[in-house]
Amino acid sequence: MTPRVVFPNKILPYLLVAPQLAITLVFFYWPASQALYQSMLREDPFGLKSKFVWFDNFKKVLADPNYINSIHVTAIFSIATALLSMVVALILAVMADKVVRSRNLYRTLLIWPYAVAPAIAGMLWLFLFNPSIGSLAYALRWMGIPWDPLLKGDQAMVLVVMAAAWKQISYNFLFFVAGLQAIPKTLIEAAAIDGAREFKRFWTIVFPLLAPTTFFLLVVNTVYAFFDTFGIIHAVTGGGPGKATETLVYKVYNDGFVNLILGDSAAQSVILMVIVIALTAVQFRYVERKVHYG
Amino acid sequence: MATVDLKDVRKVYPGGVEAVKGVSIAIPDKALCVLVGPSGCGKSTLLRMIAGLETISDGTCAFDGKVVNTIGPTERDIAMVFQNYALYPHMKVYDNMAYGLRNRGTPKDEIDRRVRETAKILELSHLLDRRPRELSGGQRQRVAMGRAIVRQPKVFLFDEPLSNLDAKLRGQMRVEIKNLQRALGVTSVYVTHDQLEAMTLADILVVMNAGKVEQMGNPLDIYEQPASTFVASFIGAPPMNLLPITNGKFTDGSALSITAPAGATILGFRPEDADVTESAPKQGLTLPAKVEGVEPVGAESFLYCAAAGQRIVVRVSGRALHEIGAKLTVSAPLEKLHWFDKDGKRVG
Ligand SMILES: Nc1ncnc2c1ncn2[C@@H]1O[C@H](COP(=O)(O)OP(=O)(O)OP(=O)(O)O)[C@@H](O)[C@H]1O
Ligand SMILES: [Mg+2]
Repeated sequence: MTPRVVFPNKILPYLLVAPQLAITLVFFYWPASQALYQSMLREDPFGLKSKFVWFDNFKKVLADPNYINSIHVTAIFSIATALLSMVVALILAVMADKVVRSRNLYRTLLIWPYAVAPAIAGMLWLFLFNPSIGSLAYALRWMGIPWDPLLKGDQAMVLVVMAAAWKQISYNFLFFVAGLQAIPKTLIEAAAIDGAREFKRFWTIVFPLLAPTTFFLLVVNTVYAFFDTFGIIHAVTGGGPGKATETLVYKVYNDGFVNLILGDSAAQSVILMVIVIALTAVQFRYVERKVHYG
Repeated sequence: MATVDLKDVRKVYPGGVEAVKGVSIAIPDKALCVLVGPSGCGKSTLLRMIAGLETISDGTCAFDGKVVNTIGPTERDIAMVFQNYALYPHMKVYDNMAYGLRNRGTPKDEIDRRVRETAKILELSHLLDRRPRELSGGQRQRVAMGRAIVRQPKVFLFDEPLSNLDAKLRGQMRVEIKNLQRALGVTSVYVTHDQLEAMTLADILVVMNAGKVEQMGNPLDIYEQPASTFVASFIGAPPMNLLPITNGKFTDGSALSITAPAGATILGFRPEDADVTESAPKQGLTLPAKVEGVEPVGAESFLYCAAAGQRIVVRVSGRALHEIGAKLTVSAPLEKLHWFDKDGKRVG
């Protein structure tokens, strides 16, 4: 064990962590407590005075069918985004891992999408799939699929999922490649000698050994889909058509900044915070148990 | 149960490195062939070609007379023990051993019977529920052995399986591997750079150097009749004393007490074949020497002496009572002398 560092000065250690503490307090705890406080206020229609209503805002939000819909949308959106981005990234990583020599080129090429801002990534996909000018939309129609994400809710969902997943693929790819390269080559060789063909080797050896990486990415991607996809949804569908792509985060924005129902919006963000804390806790508690580290 | 035949096998790696430069070895059924040689001489490469893990650039590898060059490791029906064991870290010992059988569709009860039987032979029965990381180095080694044995393959391949163990355990496992290989009668190829392991295990010993076979045959024959100075200095510990001679003289100008055969430019004798005496014997080699160092190791001692212009080693039994700086005569009988020509090849 390394010897414990003892500061002769009693105040210095606190001074050293003070900047970090200050940032956390100002940018996390303060807004969080503000949101918590605001979630218990209700403003009159003219925004002149507000009154403390305890948990009335929460009751109202949770009883709102639009909110329930939004939970639904978020669940589908998050699961689809996390799965799609991880599966595609894994396939690419496995292929890249095989092509030993051009690996660096692959890596560089596949990191590009990550450098693109969310809103631009969204616009790109929007253009590609724009019913009137998009080249991919044209191809889809040519294949006989009536493509109109601006009117059809499920198609809009497909579009935002693709846009959101696309951006995350490069990030996941890097981690998967690193994870794959950390698996000793002799294990794969031993499995081959043990009579396992490539597909079998992947599922019985590679995938289980990749579990720590997969688990980590699952957490990261879920949190990404929950919080970091606002830009994409805003650019591509604006939550529509109807409320088909209105995720929880997007609804917070809509109710708070567009419709100015601040109390409801604050209550929603508090709920969102609780959901994410719970989700992460569940992931660590249950999923991690099935993970074998080394 | 198979014979393994290598015919003029070559390996050129994609980078252009020629690791194996034409090796031919015929291993009869049930024999244990040991490949020995210095680091980087191509032992592992050759073994991996037999396993099917590396493609064979040229030449053929045949099992039971059937060429297997194009058959992948999955279908070759071999088992391999790796230097780092390569146990599957996420599987229990039981599953590590059962994996190969499951992949080949062996019935469940038969798998269970064979795994438990093998575990019993290797004294692993109480460890079947553990994961590799919960085992000691020696136990991991046994599991790796078990995983190979349980499959009852045609050929066993070992790539320095004991090099991660301490000396005592290595000695034990060496005996066990030999006994197991005998009992199971599976043709085996064993790679090591430990000459003691090579000598004790081998039915056929193959000494390799720089991608080529230097000498091949019965280990004791190789010990007694090394074909080159390379083999002479590689097999035997401490290595053979090699003294250059020109026109009947050593490098320091002193005359040789006997006549060298024609073409011989290097004289060799093993430390254990030499003796020290106060008075010169009538026959054989005699060398005046000065003691420079004494290494007692218990049952025997090694004397490091300056003689014929260089450092030589002599083994004497028991405790050596020689002082550093003492002058004495080193002698070796004629029939224990080895002669090599200027290319290092054996003469006579
Ligand atoms: N994948 C590879 N690509 C290119 N060259 C290689 C590769 N593997 C081995 N070599 C080269 O081939 C030669 C023989 O290597 P090999 O691993 O067979 O040696 P070895 O006899 O097993 O040595 P050691 O006792 O150190 O294990 C070495 O010069 C090595 O650098
Ligand atoms: Mg090697």
